Amino acid sequence: MSQLVFIVLLTITIGIFAYSAFKVYQLFKLTKPAYPVRDFGKRINRTIVNAFFQQRIFRNPVAGFMHAMVFWGFCLILVGSIEMVIDGIAGTERILASLGLVYNIIIGGGDLFAYIIAVFIVVFIIRRTILNVNRLHGKEMQKKNHIDAILALTMILLLMISLAGMNMFYIAGHSDYVGVYPISALIAPLFVNMQADTIKLIHDISWWSHIILIFIFANALPYSKHFHIFMSIPNVFFSRLTPLGKMTNMDSITKEVKLMMNPETAFAATPEGDEPPARFGILDAEDFTWKNYIDSLACTQCGRCTAVCPANITGKELSPRKMIMNIRQRMKMKGPHLVKQGADYNDGFSLIRDLIKEEEVWACTTCNACAKECPLNIDHPTFILDLRRYLVMEESAAPAQLNAIFANIENNGAPWQYSNEDRLNWTE
Amino acid sequence: MSEALKSKIEVPIMAELFAKGEKPEYLFWVGCAGAFDTRYMKVAKAFATILNHLGTSYAVLGKEESCTGDPARRAGNEMLFQMQAMTNIEIFKMYEIKKIITICPHCYNTLKNEYPDLGAEFEVVNYLEFLQGMIKSGKLKLDKSKLKGNKVTYHDPCYLGRANDIYDSPRFVIESLGLKISEMQRNKSFALCCGAGGAQMFKDAEKGDKEIFIERTEEALETKSDIIATACPFCMTMITDGLKYKNKEEEIKNLDIAEMIATAII
Repeated sequence: MSQLVFIVLLTITIGIFAYSAFKVYQLFKLTKPAYPVRDFGKRINRTIVNAFFQQRIFRNPVAGFMHAMVFWGFCLILVGSIEMVIDGIAGTERILASLGLVYNIIIGGGDLFAYIIAVFIVVFIIRRTILNVNRLHGKEMQKKNHIDAILALTMILLLMISLAGMNMFYIAGHSDYVGVYPISALIAPLFVNMQADTIKLIHDISWWSHIILIFIFANALPYSKHFHIFMSIPNVFFSRLTPLGKMTNMDSITKEVKLMMNPETAFAATPEGDEPPARFGILDAEDFTWKNYIDSLACTQCGRCTAVCPANITGKELSPRKMIMNIRQRMKMKGPHLVKQGADYNDGFSLIRDLIKEEEVWACTTCNACAKECPLNIDHPTFILDLRRYLVMEESAAPAQLNAIFANIENNGAPWQYSNEDRLNWTE
Repeated sequence: MSEALKSKIEVPIMAELFAKGEKPEYLFWVGCAGAFDTRYMKVAKAFATILNHLGTSYAVLGKEESCTGDPARRAGNEMLFQMQAMTNIEIFKMYEIKKIITICPHCYNTLKNEYPDLGAEFEVVNYLEFLQGMIKSGKLKLDKSKLKGNKVTYHDPCYLGRANDIYDSPRFVIESLGLKISEMQRNKSFALCCGAGGAQMFKDAEKGDKEIFIERTEEALETKSDIIATACPFCMTMITDGLKYKNKEEEIKNLDIAEMIATAII
């Protein structure tokens, strides 16, 4: 009976998840190319260093340490969850115990980490609600964002409590238990004198709560900032490998410039079916690259980017975190309509101006502090520069002082208005 | 050496060498700031003085040099950037240039990382990497007494630091003058921008509570240094402005690393 219930619940979980995943896939299909994904060796290396060793998160040592512990704990506990799914389907108990030493390490680690994670999650909740850590706030962090964060943290806390309960009462109920439980084994003796039925009941309630929480959590994630849990490792893997200072080349422009500079050869070399893009740069959801979108799904709104942004520090409107949140927000608003009604769908609203002010776009110094700080290799500057490309190349809407340097560069080959004849005056 | 910096220096011109059938090893890319910014022109001169002193085979493009297009690209004008880049690349190809040495980190980044997308094939060296190599190999000898007793801090330019991961060369070069660096609180990859990158140099800042260059200058002042060393023309403008704003321009010097080296070459 319980196997049947389990299989039904699992099927529903997978079904809903597949639906959510399909919706995300449809939105990805709308996105534009960013760069070719090559160099798998380097990508695997970066993923190991940045994701599995959590390198960047340690730039902030205290919060970084706590996050790393939660992450490594999750990895171990995940194996235990897989075992629970197998047990649930097959009606077995702790089926992976036959793995012996490996099992003991994984389950022992999982038990230890369950308590560590629970403590750190409480610290995280305190940091957010009582200590009011600066970087977790900011104008883009509205009430719903805090509720989202607190809900996810609470859910993780409940997951850890149910896991601990499951382990403690498993030990209390079995004199011949399998596996190693460094912390639970210390607490379990407190319960051995309870009635066997009660012990089993509490164990079963913990087991079922844990697995049902996992099912709910997994299906809540695609609609929460905690989608981070699924998208962060892929985001690191697919991140740009070139130096942070490099801007992506617009090949469509290259074609036009070649045409202008050397009309004959460029005409001859124009391959068929190579149409110019509908729009230069990014105005709205239909212009996002796949990297912009995956960045926005991986972002967990930690605010490390905004905390180091020189423009934000000095009180300007720009917040790199807000920019990334705006990508996801706008895709959620417009994306499903673009899927249903095609690329021409217009809701009379646009990312630039309605969600992102021009003032924000122009405040960036392209210093790359945000990109360097992001533990997930989110690329804020590339996105901001694509917004500038739209404003300048589609609307000629640069600030007047920048239009002046464009004119100077065009006329005399320098951003200042000096003659090329004077280029050697410095030797005097 | 400081006397030499006051008089005219001889700088080889690419077109003239090429006419004689000579091909110098390096193109010294002066950049628009080196050519036109009154303060930074001294840095270009200091670096050329060092190259002359070393007997390096180099030349400058002079009147044939033109903006790399970096500020245009970062201000969103990709078209203008690519026109500049392709024109410059044609000149590099014409002179068969294989190695370029830069002082400006923005030029460095663009030439090194972005020109290859448009067909450029040459090596780009930053002057600090170059100086580090010359000092290490013993070709460049320095009089450590020249700047002795000065406390110095170094401001990492974004386009050398985070953009290209160059943190050690500038520090090595400064330390080879016998100086110890008092680091600012935010340094190396954590360094705060001076506020001038991404074409901000050429426009007023958006409204806010404070200018970025003041925030950074204050941080530099906290180190109680006598010299704030910079390695970028835009950073130099910003920090120098910051010192003026704080009425510190008399007591505290803002020098480019090339200028510090030029005063100490033997």
